[in-house]
Amino acid sequence: MLEIKNLNVAIGGRRILNDLDLKVAAGEVAAIMGPNGSGKSTLAYVIAGKEDYEVLSGEVLLDGENVLELSPDERAAKGLFLAFQYPVEIPGVATMTFLKAALNAQRKQRGEEELSIPEFMKRVKKAGDMLDIKPEMLRRALNVGFSGGEKKRMDIMQMALLEPRFAILDETDSGLDIDAVRIVADGVNALRSRQRGFLVITHYPRLLEHIVPDTVHVMAGGRIVRSGGKELASELERTGYREYAEEAA
Amino acid sequence: MTAQIIPSRTAAEAALAEIFASAKAGLPGSGAVEKLREESFAAFARGGLPHRRIESWHYTDLRALMREALPIAPAPTRERRAALRKAAAALPANSLVLVDGVFAAELSGKLPEGVKVTSLSAALAEDRPGILESLAAAWAEADDAIVSLNAALMRDGVVIDVAPGASLAAPLHIVYASVAEKPAARFSRSLVKVGAGACLRLNEMSLGAGGRAGQTNNALIVDVGEGAEVGHTLSLTDTRPGSLRLETFLVRVAARAKFDSFALVTGGGLMRRQIFKLFAGPDAKGTLRGVSLLRGREHADTTLFVRHAATGCEGRQAFRYILDEESTGVFQGKVVVEPGAQKTDGKMLAKAIMLSDAATMNSRPELEIFADDVICGHGATCGGLNADQLFYLETRGLPPPEAEALLLEAFANELIDDIGHADLVAAYRAEVAAWLAARARSETRSVA
Ligand SMILES: Nc1ncnc2c1ncn2[C@@H]1O[C@H](COP(=O)(O)OP(=O)(O)OP(=O)(O)O)[C@@H](O)[C@H]1O
Ligand SMILES: [Mg+2]
Repeated sequence: MLEIKNLNVAIGGRRILNDLDLKVAAGEVAAIMGPNGSGKSTLAYVIAGKEDYEVLSGEVLLDGENVLELSPDERAAKGLFLAFQYPVEIPGVATMTFLKAALNAQRKQRGEEELSIPEFMKRVKKAGDMLDIKPEMLRRALNVGFSGGEKKRMDIMQMALLEPRFAILDETDSGLDIDAVRIVADGVNALRSRQRGFLVITHYPRLLEHIVPDTVHVMAGGRIVRSGGKELASELERTGYREYAEEAA
Repeated sequence: MTAQIIPSRTAAEAALAEIFASAKAGLPGSGAVEKLREESFAAFARGGLPHRRIESWHYTDLRALMREALPIAPAPTRERRAALRKAAAALPANSLVLVDGVFAAELSGKLPEGVKVTSLSAALAEDRPGILESLAAAWAEADDAIVSLNAALMRDGVVIDVAPGASLAAPLHIVYASVAEKPAARFSRSLVKVGAGACLRLNEMSLGAGGRAGQTNNALIVDVGEGAEVGHTLSLTDTRPGSLRLETFLVRVAARAKFDSFALVTGGGLMRRQIFKLFAGPDAKGTLRGVSLLRGREHADTTLFVRHAATGCEGRQAFRYILDEESTGVFQGKVVVEPGAQKTDGKMLAKAIMLSDAATMNSRPELEIFADDVICGHGATCGGLNADQLFYLETRGLPPPEAEALLLEAFANELIDDIGHADLVAAYRAEVAAWLAARARSETRSVA
């Protein structure tokens, strides 16, 4: 479903991703772990289409189509979703207005009809209930005044509403309390399906006890240095990343 | 040889002198009013049109920008009046209509209890006690060439009296209708007196029933009585290029009163709005907010003079600009805290979003504090749209123009939402949406 081939990315002349290869099949949940600064968020941003990065070479294929040539909104319409490590506050934009605009913009790009208001409200309520987003939060400006954990939950709620085909979660568990981790994990698990793929970036094996991955990849120095099954996460907890330091260099 | 520099009069200045000479006999008022007009015009003529070397006009060189002075609008024709009557029927209740600056009582509906309205011309003609004094006092506060010109040529306006303690449920609207067939000038002055403890919402708007680009010089003087509460809104929207709008707003806030004002500026050619706000009594609150949306070669100047002459007053000033293409925004805010005005709490913030490299923003906040126990601050920001916010919206599926429009709308609506009256908020939000839609249409055209 998602295939990254030989991806090389730099920012401000500095190389961040090096000959990165990664494959995630449909229905698969792949986890990425790795030391701070190894390039995990960079990878997430490049897949989502952030401008600041310079793609030197390589491809990111979603079902065979190279998305690197598409704008971020076109990628979203193709079914890509990024839950941000730091969701952005947007003062003055009512959350509901934003959710409706996002949903309808994607539908329009796909040639689908706009949702009726009752249908939209129904879907928002369903996604909101699932992620314990209070109606009061939906009445505020997008992410403004939300706590760190509330922002993360709001991002996952958007995922539930937009029903992407491939979702990247960048440290969605960081800053979440114990209950919230479970709520978010339940939200993700509810969306797991044979057609959908996930890339879950995390520092904590604990999340992977709730969202049990099919594969775990270790990223260091801007490349995938090791891949394995779910047991790799607990192994990393014991060994740390020391042994990958030289590979990264 | 002596070198005496007498700046030659510009064509517009010469034309204004002629207009005054031929119009003054027909303008309302005699005796003391005539004298006030003569003195005001003389004061204007001494300095002429304000120019870049006058500090408060530095960024709006009216002497260079005002190429001509248009004749005063003639009385509307019968057909125009009929057309206007139709348009006026759709106006909200409590609308006071000024037709090319002249109050049209027949177009204005019945007024609620506690409000008395007359025309300024009637008040001047009958020498109503207090009228001249309140005009002169206003003039003293606003020592400015454009205010002098307005005093010399003011033709009409409304005089609104809100009885002490009266509380008006629905807003009162002053509607400026322009109907002259040829480009023309309008000079109006209105006085609003809000009695102690009264509660009023006042909205100023335009009705462009087929008028052409013209010149307006309007002044509005609002006296907010002790403990009164006044909400004011102004829509200065004009899509006709080449118009000149000079707007003076004077507000005096008495003890414990609350005053809140919002203005939306879009379109037109050259706009200068000057606000003189005086905190005359202790423990009052006064907020001034404004949003200017500009494109093409439009120029909009908002210049504030806020004077704290009493203790414990809270002043808030927040102005936002969205500048596209080759437009120019000007914000000047001068806040003076007089020696006795302890415990003053004043904040001023101007923000501009630049959508084009060719647009210009001139911001000049100024504080003059002569009291020691005060909290005052000001700030100004100027830049493009926030790239992280844009990216976030785009990753959710919004195409860049939509993401941009959503952020721009939010930027403007944040100040609009504080108006605190649902119908007015909806009306002003709709004007912002219309401006953004027009911008989107012209962008698509220029891409195609
Ligand atoms: N805009 C930027 N300008 C310069 N350097 C950058 C920029 N963005 C990222 N980097 C650098 O790229 C490297 C990778 O950063 P990235 O955020 O992808 O790491 P990460 O693996 O997500 O780390 P963490 O676990 O701390 O979130 C870091 O060294 C970082 O400083
Ligand atoms: Mg990161």
